[in-house]
Amino acid sequence: MAKFKMHLLICGGTGCNASQSQEIAQNLKNGLKDKGLENEVQVILTGCFGFCEKGPIVKVMPDNTFYTEVKPEDAREIIEEHVVKGRKVTRLLYVDPENKQQVADSKHMGFYKKQLRIALRNCGFIDPENIEEYISEDGYSALAKCLGEMKPEEVVKEIKLSGLRGRGGGGFPTGLKWEIAAGNHADQKYVVCNADEGDPGAFMDRSILEGDPHSVIEAMAINGYAIGATKGLVYIRAEYPLAIKRLLTALEQARTFGLLGKDIFGSGFDFDIELRYGAGAFVCGEETALIHSMEGMRGEPTFKPPFPAQEGYNKKPTNVNNVETYANIPIIINKGAEWFNKIGTEKSKGTKVFALAGQINNVGLIEVPMGITLREIIYEIGGGIKDGRQFKAVQTGGPSGGCLTSAHLDTPIDYDNLIAVGSMMGSGGMVVMDETSCMVAIAKFYLEFTVEESCGKCSPCRIGNKRLYEILEKITKGNGTMEDLDNLANLSRVIKDTALCGLGQTSPNPVLSTIENFYDEYVEHIKDKKCRAGVCKSLMQYVVDPVACVGCTACARNCPVNAIQGEKKMPHVISTELCIKCGACIEKCKFGAISIQ
Amino acid sequence: MAKVKLAESKINKIKEICANFGNLPGEAINVLHKVQGEFGYLPAEVQEVVAHELNVSVAHIYGIVTFYSFFTMLPKGEHPISVCTGTACYVRGAEKVLDEFKRELKIAVGETTADGKFSISCLRCVGACGLAPVVLIGEKVYGRVTPDGVKDILNEYRNA
Repeated sequence: MAKFKMHLLICGGTGCNASQSQEIAQNLKNGLKDKGLENEVQVILTGCFGFCEKGPIVKVMPDNTFYTEVKPEDAREIIEEHVVKGRKVTRLLYVDPENKQQVADSKHMGFYKKQLRIALRNCGFIDPENIEEYISEDGYSALAKCLGEMKPEEVVKEIKLSGLRGRGGGGFPTGLKWEIAAGNHADQKYVVCNADEGDPGAFMDRSILEGDPHSVIEAMAINGYAIGATKGLVYIRAEYPLAIKRLLTALEQARTFGLLGKDIFGSGFDFDIELRYGAGAFVCGEETALIHSMEGMRGEPTFKPPFPAQEGYNKKPTNVNNVETYANIPIIINKGAEWFNKIGTEKSKGTKVFALAGQINNVGLIEVPMGITLREIIYEIGGGIKDGRQFKAVQTGGPSGGCLTSAHLDTPIDYDNLIAVGSMMGSGGMVVMDETSCMVAIAKFYLEFTVEESCGKCSPCRIGNKRLYEILEKITKGNGTMEDLDNLANLSRVIKDTALCGLGQTSPNPVLSTIENFYDEYVEHIKDKKCRAGVCKSLMQYVVDPVACVGCTACARNCPVNAIQGEKKMPHVISTELCIKCGACIEKCKFGAISIQ
Repeated sequence: MAKVKLAESKINKIKEICANFGNLPGEAINVLHKVQGEFGYLPAEVQEVVAHELNVSVAHIYGIVTFYSFFTMLPKGEHPISVCTGTACYVRGAEKVLDEFKRELKIAVGETTADGKFSISCLRCVGACGLAPVVLIGEKVYGRVTPDGVKDILNEYRNA
């Protein structure tokens, strides 16, 4: 890499890929060739930078210039101005929404200032399809250290000391999991990487596999050495074609370099990895269901014990860890458990990657130290709520988690604190909502998901969640009673106590947490037949303000069912009987004269 | 569903795929991925051949096909439309976009238009949440779709 004096990094993650980042990279390469600079400046298609809101991103190194929302036709200007003349293309620089100032160096962007990138350390910095770039960032040195200098039990001890906990949701101590698997003897053991990221709104595992696949491969090999397994399997969603492609490329390169296969580093340790494809079932994120799916069956969970560490894939001891958990392993081995242990809170060490989405200015992928507050995440990293609206709630943990309110903005985030306030860490989805979101409808949205994804094996989950959904449907239609509200809470508790697996046991969380934190909103739906967010159609009425209406007829012309009447230049009236509440009139009215009541 | 007799060449193709996976029952999901890639969908007749080759019951294969949302027993349209209804897209108005597609094409989710050109399905999160709401047509990703933009998107394919 040393021969290049400048690097142009372009995000090649799924989001930016969809906004033509491949074309940008090609145009930059062509432009460099035209100027005869192809041997001095290198174009690298990297993994996700995290700042998806303003993608596609082009970053110029070494000066950290961060160009946002770049279009393929901007490539010429970047080369002629920045590369050749050394002048930044100011119109493409990020503008700080607070002070309206352009930020030239990404280190000074609010989005990155509070982040600490450990699991994402290489995402957006290296070319994920080139193993040499990973190696130049100390890649595979942790594996070398384990095989050359450490006994398997020392590796387990190091991970235990680090305090790392499972990043897939449950937060089980990783070192302890390894220790149990190591202690079970068998002729064959397996390590499995859970890349079945099913939580809608979470995409950290995909980004790691797309941006830094070698870190996961290296970690799995370390895991194999530590517990005495020679075979690794990655269970990955078929919906992630780019991640699959990059992972397959990385596996091939690792084999070529002798980092997978027989007798790695001459240590006598054999290890190789195969892929297994998911086929779209949320429940397969649960480890027993995942194992059954890998065995070619329906992904139905089974009772624990036996735990996978005792009897897993093909009835052999199996250790299952999540992608993000694995991405932490090599750096812990390299820098030591003590270094990792200093980051985070007392019981939750290290960092967590969150997928920040919803009604927030900076949608994207962030990595923050445990113990950071929601306020810092939403207002400093996330840049606040979209269009200057009011913050209402944040949903963490996906369909298994709960909604938190402004009362929780200053709670330090870690595994235990989130559970204490009725939510959970989950895989790290964080969906921010403003006053345009109805909390009853949100609970219904998650229940609809759970009902669809329930495997049907145990009745609390199969039948109970369906009943929860029906009660919520009744309330959003304006037919709910206060008794329904009690039934919701009671049934939720029964499901939590009696369902077979993690999916069922956590599925009522969105209901319970919204009842707890937004009780008034439920009561409004039931007693006043009102939805303050204007989401529940059955409870809405569209009304024209006769003072603000100038009679331009735009609404009447756009109404699909001719429900709006009125003379030109006279106030219009909406017929509540005919109105289908589609909202087309509100969008067309330039005078803000139509409101939902 | 009417019984469709599979052509000899198609049966041989399925047998070949099964053989590539050693006719192992444990490879059922991988086999079905490949077969669906070949045929576009997994009708009952295809499942029967797969079950026979892997030496498991048709019910076992049918159980797998209906369990996983990635597998379908109905043919999709020439341009399959997938509207993301993941949480990030939902809170940014995916439902309105979906309604507009349904109204424009006059079909429900899971259906295909009479001319076989379009079908609509929902999917959960492609991970491009920065572009929410997201719609996929075939492999092409459309970001920040509004109900108003639906007609323009469809027109790209209608005249093609």
